[in-house]
Order: sequence, then structure tokens, then C-alpha cells
Amino acid sequence: MIVTFLSRAVGQAIPLLFGSTGEIITEKSGNLNLGIPGIMYMGGCAGIMGAYIYEHSVAVPSPALCVLIPLLASIIGSGFLALIYSFLTITLRANQNVTGLAITTFGIGFSDFFGGSLVGMMDGDGQLSVMRSSGYFKKTLPFADKLGEVGELFFSYGFLAYVAIIIAIASAWFLRRTRAGLQLRAVGENPATADAAGINVAKYKYLATCIGGIIAGLGGLYFIMDYTGGSWTSGGFGDRGWLAIAIVIFATWKPNVGILGSLVFGGLYIAYYYTGDLGRRVGELFKMLPYIVTIIVLVITSMRSKKENQPPEHLGLPYFREER
Amino acid sequence: MSEKRIALQLKNITKSFGDKYANKNVSLDVYHGEILSVLGENGSGKTSLMNVVAGIYTPDSGQIFIDGKEASINSPKDAFSFNVGMIHQHFKLVDVFNATENIVLGIDDEKGFDLKKARTRIIEIAGKYGFIIDPDKKIYDMSVSEKQTVEIIRVLYRGADILILDEPTAVLTPQETQVLFDVLRRMRDDGKAIIIITHKLHEVLSLSDRVAVLRKAEYVGTVITAQTNEKQLTEMMVGVKTELNIHRDEPVNPSSRLIVSDINCKNREGVTVLKNISFEAKSGEILGIAGIAGSGQRELLEAVAGLQKIESGDILYIDPKTQEKEDLRNKTPMQIRDMGVRLSFVPEDRLGMGLVGNMGIVDNMMLRSYKRGPLIFLSRKEPKYLADEIIERLHISTPDAETPVRRLSGGNVQKVLVGREIAAAPTVFMAAYPVRGLDIGASYTIYDLLNEQKQNGVAVIFVGEDLDVLIELCDRIMVLSGGTVSGIVNARQTTKEEIGLLMTKSKEDSKNAQ
Repeated sequence: MIVTFLSRAVGQAIPLLFGSTGEIITEKSGNLNLGIPGIMYMGGCAGIMGAYIYEHSVAVPSPALCVLIPLLASIIGSGFLALIYSFLTITLRANQNVTGLAITTFGIGFSDFFGGSLVGMMDGDGQLSVMRSSGYFKKTLPFADKLGEVGELFFSYGFLAYVAIIIAIASAWFLRRTRAGLQLRAVGENPATADAAGINVAKYKYLATCIGGIIAGLGGLYFIMDYTGGSWTSGGFGDRGWLAIAIVIFATWKPNVGILGSLVFGGLYIAYYYTGDLGRRVGELFKMLPYIVTIIVLVITSMRSKKENQPPEHLGLPYFREER
Repeated sequence: MSEKRIALQLKNITKSFGDKYANKNVSLDVYHGEILSVLGENGSGKTSLMNVVAGIYTPDSGQIFIDGKEASINSPKDAFSFNVGMIHQHFKLVDVFNATENIVLGIDDEKGFDLKKARTRIIEIAGKYGFIIDPDKKIYDMSVSEKQTVEIIRVLYRGADILILDEPTAVLTPQETQVLFDVLRRMRDDGKAIIIITHKLHEVLSLSDRVAVLRKAEYVGTVITAQTNEKQLTEMMVGVKTELNIHRDEPVNPSSRLIVSDINCKNREGVTVLKNISFEAKSGEILGIAGIAGSGQRELLEAVAGLQKIESGDILYIDPKTQEKEDLRNKTPMQIRDMGVRLSFVPEDRLGMGLVGNMGIVDNMMLRSYKRGPLIFLSRKEPKYLADEIIERLHISTPDAETPVRRLSGGNVQKVLVGREIAAAPTVFMAAYPVRGLDIGASYTIYDLLNEQKQNGVAVIFVGEDLDVLIELCDRIMVLSGGTVSGIVNARQTTKEEIGLLMTKSKEDSKNAQ
């Protein structure tokens, strides 16, 4: 039972990890992208749409394309939303909070609309569902089943789960150890300084926001194609996008700590299933856990005084060279 | 001097902002292995000129030659490629990075990213010139002088041969200044060309080889330090007096209105900004305050207005009707108002502290009267009348009274602010740089308004930067230098040279005088 809980918690954690890693990369450039929840929806929806259209347009879908097409569709969908956000906030210097919320509203609305009506548009019936493609996303290593509990705990997930962890570790390394990482952090901390040092501030902001958005979008893709088994339910992704943003604060803007944060929040998210004999009423109370922890985390992090654990200094503010 | 190579040559540099010149046909030479001081009052164009060399501003016309070759410098990056490095007055450092990370920031040399190697080179550079630096220390843990060291090493790390320092000693203690000067001398002996922007005469005399003087955007001349003295430099700096013909009446029945005695203030960083300031402001008189920017003018006005905490000393207000004395020390602006003291303050930062840029004139009028009106409701009628009256009387050009003040020109914004403060019928009127950025016509309107207040028996305190204006407009002038009063003079009898010398009087000098 513990192992089942843990492995389910990991399944819950992966979308959160994608989302928080993407948001950390974005925030390190000084952009507070509140559009992440919408972008994650979009990443998932665009992926399943790509898979559905492909599955229904050829007689025998090839396994490679069943993976590549949803992946590409997801990247285009989430990358496009992140690009809109970047253009509005970086080039036009629009308010980041308002823009982000608009992107979230748009992303969710767009996804629910097409997720619900794509089947009808293509003269099919029933639910939007892509069992075949999902099968490839869910494929585990062949020996996983034979390893018992170790297998269930470590090897029972599709490839995107491992991608999430690799991206998180790679991002941590990128931010700490590379020149581009140092310069990206400088842009988020103090764009005027970065500018004076000869760093192209706009370029870094655009790239970080778009790549961050794409990474977050993969979280949506994982959720649809792997976790829920390739069928669309309206609003099924829930508020995981907001939790991902909360994890950014929990992780104090470090992608490697984000892995731990995602596991904790993933576990809390499904803790109510495992309340057992305590009854439904207590179970409902357990559903509040992730949000209560979010509030506690916010209180604790705002009391912490260590400078390295604070958000990037210029987070949420537009940069305009002539204002200095 | 003749065998030395020219490092940097400026020819006829002109830079203007709008219709105002920051530099007008300025030409300068700097040699390798020398320290050149660029001396001038506030707004004489020293920093603008150096920003042109550092690639922050692009000149309207003129040429820059580096080591004899013409250089086109359009960005800080270009400047680095010509081995020019500038250390700005406001440091450009990332707080959460350590010294090494800040120094390598923005360098793309294709050589791979190796902080350890960079660290070794930083220690080498520090050893060569005698800097004291810990490459692993975070910026937020550093003192101002350590931050400055990081800035200088950053420039050297990038291979600069020509170093420009913008008022490097403004933030340093005398001991730190000595250390910096030793380092600069060592760099000079190493063949670097060093330009230091300053207005402290004693530093100019002790450090530099030659002095170039700028006045009101124009180049006055260059002299060899060994052949000059404070008096000659001051004369070059302030120039000959120009007649402005500002109207001035004799004060009518002046009586004490505000007595400030021995106040001391510290800023947020805990640095003393005002030291033992004592003066008296009289009714029916304009008291001018002169000084180099940042000598404590702002803090002094804010201390009187109740915005700056006072460590010790008293600010006494004498009520014109009852002659009662009230202590304003450490009262909030609201408490001061509730005491019946009618204090008006026109701050330096008009749209930041004085007005709300996004609100119209009427709403801005209400910022002073929002407490009136029944219950929770505001009365908009009176502010509306007041706004219309001010627009008409001060000839403010605006589409209507509801247009956001941010969209008005600088002069009109100032008229709105001054108009509102005058309408409060003050007994003490304080204005910080009220004509800054205004054209001549608007400036004279403001002078007239100040004179009108004076005739109404108001005690006017005017912080200004143009000495000609101060001398013609004020009755008495108090000169601040480094947070202390270096002298109070009668404006009718003083000269620009006298005020100029008081302004640049160093801390040591004033100690000796006492």
C-alpha cells in the first residue's frame, strides 16, 4: 500500500515538476508568468489533438509518429502561448500579472472548447480519446514488472516522467554552472546591470519564457497521454498549474529542490484516497492539504531572510533601458 | 608631458537633450600614464561627456579618437572593445552574485566558462595594483568601497586602458579615499589613462596631473595641477556672473518663523547625512540653500516636513499670530498639519512625491483636502474650483482639469504643484529645485510666485543649483557641504566665488575653521 501510494504520488508529481521547472526558468529571467496553468492545459490539449488527428487520418499509425506528433503539437501549442506572453510583456511591456491571467483564461478556454468539440468536428462520436498513442507514452521498460516493489516504485512510468527529472537536474546545472545560466540570472536580478555588461536582455527574456512555457506544456502532455490514459475530460487537469507555481516558491527557485517539492505536493494531492477508515468527511478535509501547505510555505518563505532564497529582484517588472 | 602618448582625444563633442545642451563643442585630451580631473558644477556636463565616451549616450556630433584612431562608440560593449571602462556613480552589480560572478558577467570570450580561472586572474589583478578584495564575497555583504573595488576590477579584467571614474569618492570615508587614490596612482604609473570626475577641489589638487574644467556644457580650459590653486579653479568653475534681472524686494518686517538648532540625521544605511545643522528662516524672506548635489539639501527639507527622522536637535516653529513656539521634531506631516502649522513643501521629485501622475489636476488638488467633506464622501466642488483657478492664474496649458498630470510638460507639472501648495496659504514654503528642467519663461513665473509669497510674509526656503539665480532671488544663502553648514551669507553682498568655495569646502577644512 505504501508503495502504491508512493508510485501514484510520483505520477501526480511529474506534471507539477514540469510546470515548476518551466516556471523557474521563466522567473529567473524576471518574468512572473501566471499563464503557466493555461499553458499546461494547452500543452496537453494540443498534444491529444495532434494524436487524435493523426490516428484518424492514417490506417496504420506508426509508433514513432504516435509519440512525435503529440510531442510536437504540444510544443507548438504551449510555445505559442508563451510567445504571446513574451511579446506582450517584453516588447510591449504590458503588466505581467494581467497578461499571465489572460493567458491562463485563454489556454483553459481554448482547451476545453477543442477538447470537447474536436471529435464532433471530425465527424466522430464519443469522447476525445487516443488509446493507441497513449499506449506508447505509457510504455515502461520491459523488465519493470519483474522487479516487484522496486519496479513499481522506480520503473513503472512512461518516458516523460524520466524526461521531467532529467530536465529538472539539467536546469539546475544550467543555472548554476554555465555562462548562459549566470547571465540569465543576472537578467532576472538586475536587467540594467546585465544590459550594461553587454547582455541582450530581451533575447534572454524571450528564450527563457518560451522554453519555460514549452517545458511546462510537457506537464500537460504527460497528464493527458500517460496519467489519464489518453482521454480528455473537461477540467480534468484541475488546478495543478497553480500548484506548480507554488512549488517554485517552495523550491526557492532551484529546479533540483523542485523535484522534492513536486513529490511532496504530488503526495498531498492524492493523500485523501488513503485516509481509509476515517470516512469521507475526513477525506474531504485531506483534499485541502496541498493548499494549506502552500499557505504555510508562503508564510515561511516570506520570513526567511537569506538573500539567495528570495525571488529574483526584478521579478514582475518590465525593463526599459531609457528609464535608468 | 610631451613624450607621452595621447590615449583619448575628444574633438568638438556636442550632445543635447531636447533643446538643452549637455555638451557643446567640448574637446579634451588624455595621455597614457596620467590622471586627469574633470571639474565642474552640477549640470555642467561632466557625466554626460563621460557617458558619451563610455557608449551610454551617442553624441550629436564630434569625434572620439583612441590611441590616434577614430573610434565609433555606440554601446558599453563598443567602449570595452576600445579598452574604455567607466565606473558609474551608481554601481551596476547583481546583489546575490559574488565578486567573481559579477566581474565575468557579460564576457563572451569563447574560452569556456571557468570561474576558478577567473578567480585566479582577479587575485592577480588585485595584487598588482594593491586592491583588497575577496572574490567569493557576495555583493550584498559588501561595504560601498568594496563594491567600488569590484567595479574597478571588472573594468581592468576586461582589459581597460582608459578608466573613467564618476565621483568615486562621494561615497567613501577619508581613509577609503586614501586607499583608492593609492591604487589610482599605481595604475597611472602602470601607463593607464585615468579620468576622474569630481567637484572636490582638494582631491583634484592632491591627485591629478591636469584638470579640465567644464561650465554650463562648455569646455573652459585645461590647467596643469602643479601650476594652479583653489582660487583659480573656482573661478574657472563658476565663471563670471551673468545678470538675470530677477525682481527682489527688501524683506518686510522679518521675524523668526522657523528655528532649526543642531539637528543630526542618518539615512537608511545608517550614514550621517546632516551634522549639527542650525539656521533660522524668517518671515518675508527667501532663504536660499546652495550646495553640491547630495550635500544634505533633500534630507534637511524632509526633516522639517516630518519625513526624515531626526537623531538629535530641535526644529521650533513660531506661530505668526500667537508667537507660541511649537516643536516639529519627529512629527508626521499629518501631526504637523493638525498642530495648525501651515507648511508647504514642493519636493524635488515632482511626480514621485508631489503629485500622482495618473490623476488629473482636480484629484491632485484633493490630495491636500481629502479630509474635508461629509462622512466618507469627498467634496469635489472646491478642488474643482481651485484647479480651474490655478490653471487660469498660472497659465497652465492643459486640455482640461481632468487630464492626467503625467501628460503635461515639466513646467506645467511644476506649476500645478506650486499652485496647490501656495493655495494652502502657507506660513513656511519650501521648494527643492523648483525650476529644474523648466524653460526661462516658466522659471520666471516660479520666481514671481516665490516673491509673492515672500511679500505675503511667508518664510520661503529655496533650494537651488544655479548660483546666479540664488544670488539674485534670495535674501540670505545658506551653503551646505557634506551635510554641514559651511556658511550663511548675505545674498546682496556675496559673490559666486565665495559660494563656490564654501560649496567645495571639505570636511577637514570646516573642522579647521572651527
